[in-house]
Amino acid sequence: MKLARDTWLIFERQIQLLLRNPVWVFVGVFQPVMYLLLFAPLLKPALNAPTQAEAYKIFVPGLLVLLAIFGGLFQGFGLIAELRAGVIERSRVTPVSRIALLLGRSLRDVVSLIVQAVIITLLALLFDLRVFIGDLLLAYLMLALIALMTSAVSYGVALKVKSEDALAPLMNTVAQPVLLLSGILLPLTFAPGWLQGIADWNPFSWAVDGTRALFAGDLGNDKVWQGLTIVAVLAVAGVVWAARQFARSVR
Amino acid sequence: MIETRGLRKSFRSRAGRETKTVDAVRGVDLKVAEGEIFGFLGPNGAGKTTTLRMLATLIEPDGGEATIAGADLRKDPAEVRRRIGYVAQGGSTWDESTAREELVLHARLYGIGKAEAHRRAARALDAFQLTEYADRKCKTYSGGQRRRVEIALGIIHEPKIVFLDEPTTGLDPQSRAHMWDEIRRLRADGMTVFITTHYLDEADALCDRIAIMDHGEVAAEGTPAELKREISGDVVLVGLDTAATPQAATLLDAEPYVNKLETGDEGVRLYVEDGATAIPQVLRRLDHAGLDLRSIELHRPSLDDVFLTKTGRSLRES
Ligand SMILES: Nc1ncnc2c1ncn2[C@@H]1O[C@H](COP(=O)(O)OP(=O)(O)OP(=O)(O)O)[C@@H](O)[C@H]1O
Ligand SMILES: [Mg+2]
Repeated sequence: MKLARDTWLIFERQIQLLLRNPVWVFVGVFQPVMYLLLFAPLLKPALNAPTQAEAYKIFVPGLLVLLAIFGGLFQGFGLIAELRAGVIERSRVTPVSRIALLLGRSLRDVVSLIVQAVIITLLALLFDLRVFIGDLLLAYLMLALIALMTSAVSYGVALKVKSEDALAPLMNTVAQPVLLLSGILLPLTFAPGWLQGIADWNPFSWAVDGTRALFAGDLGNDKVWQGLTIVAVLAVAGVVWAARQFARSVR
Repeated sequence: MIETRGLRKSFRSRAGRETKTVDAVRGVDLKVAEGEIFGFLGPNGAGKTTTLRMLATLIEPDGGEATIAGADLRKDPAEVRRRIGYVAQGGSTWDESTAREELVLHARLYGIGKAEAHRRAARALDAFQLTEYADRKCKTYSGGQRRRVEIALGIIHEPKIVFLDEPTTGLDPQSRAHMWDEIRRLRADGMTVFITTHYLDEADALCDRIAIMDHGEVAAEGTPAELKREISGDVVLVGLDTAATPQAATLLDAEPYVNKLETGDEGVRLYVEDGATAIPQVLRRLDHAGLDLRSIELHRPSLDDVFLTKTGRSLRES
């Protein structure tokens, strides 16, 4: 009860601040739309897809997972600014739940990601993408869990390193292989065996496969529940770890 | 209200490849009574902030115990948090928020309901003369306005004790005087106030009792009057050229009426029983030795003299 209330308080403030800054709102919407409009036309020939709609079925889920990963991973920067301003320390002297300090922020990241995802999906519908609403909601759940995990991890790391200079290269080094080895932008179907072997160890690869299956309307595909389970377990682990950093962080 | 026994904290810090241990606080025993303004006086790096952060549950002590407003710091930090307020040295407001938003949120984090939080925020804004700026973003505030918001944040939940880490650093003389009034008002409201400062006049004028802190230890504790009384007699300041100082120091230290002598940058400082009779003798002695003196001053012992005799250094110089 207290956890829910505290989480709401933190979330409410974070959303308020986000909406107050129109630049962020604009960037958050503009960027993915650019991907969709400028990058997607290259896909049909590249993916050898019979129609544009087929190409979107492969590309849109990948783009959404990409946004979820990156949207989350770089949230730590905002936290470092808050750390520097003394806002975190001020929260930590109150009896507020330490998990709420994390969850309130991560939830904002999840919500803004879902808003982005909805915008992209709607746009893609204009380009003849078709997906069942039930499958779509499950795909959003997958995205939410990914964003929850990556933002929690980013916050936890931010509290550990306490400086942008350390956070930026760290997050980039993590993001790059994760991105390349997940088949996010292009499916790994045609990849050589060794590359696929490595990708099997990349949880995001499972998440992308699951999301693609959902967009293809293939709910019964094992990749769906496997992807969801893997991401859910990692999200819980990330939240627990990061909340612990909030409890013990030293300026 | 606060009682600490042997509170300790060291930090490991890395300088290049070596790890060094800094003993920031090495065994602090304190007793702070209810309803007093208690001051921590000490130079930079003395360990004031570290002690405060331990008492405010922000960092865990390496050793020692403390009871704060009846709650045990080690066993029940959550209860300690409920009973105290803390205002950090480095500020705690967010640029993009307004003072009112910050106050309401902070009150709500203490479990206060929405309507009541708004009422309290309005009252605090009024008390700290902030109503005019209440709905402007914090980044537009002056240093003094911002400091007042931060103090208002620290007491919005009406704690029994409030810790203020250097509440007046960076304020102009007028704002400092206002801040002192505001801190006295907190005491009048029945709050126990624990402040840190490196201003001698602040410790002297504002605090009911002070602890002098140096190198992580409490060097002396008492009311400002008590501490000054410990140094009996007067202080004579003899202004000298740097070149002449060592010789003058040796000469004067041998004089029977000089209880204690400290050399500084601008000359020597003599602790004597009676300044009025000592001055002519000092003048005669220096004249006899052919040493020119630049100035001579007589004053009652200040807290700086207390600091000097306890730590061997002047707070002004450090
Ligand atoms: N997080 C930390 N990591 C490493 N060393 C620290 C840390 N915090 C404080 N110290 C060191 O501990 C010592 C005491 O610092 P502290 O901040 O308590 O001093 P202070 O009395 O508040 O000084 P000031 O008047 O400058 O605020 C200093 O040497 C400082 O460098
Ligand atoms: Mg300090």
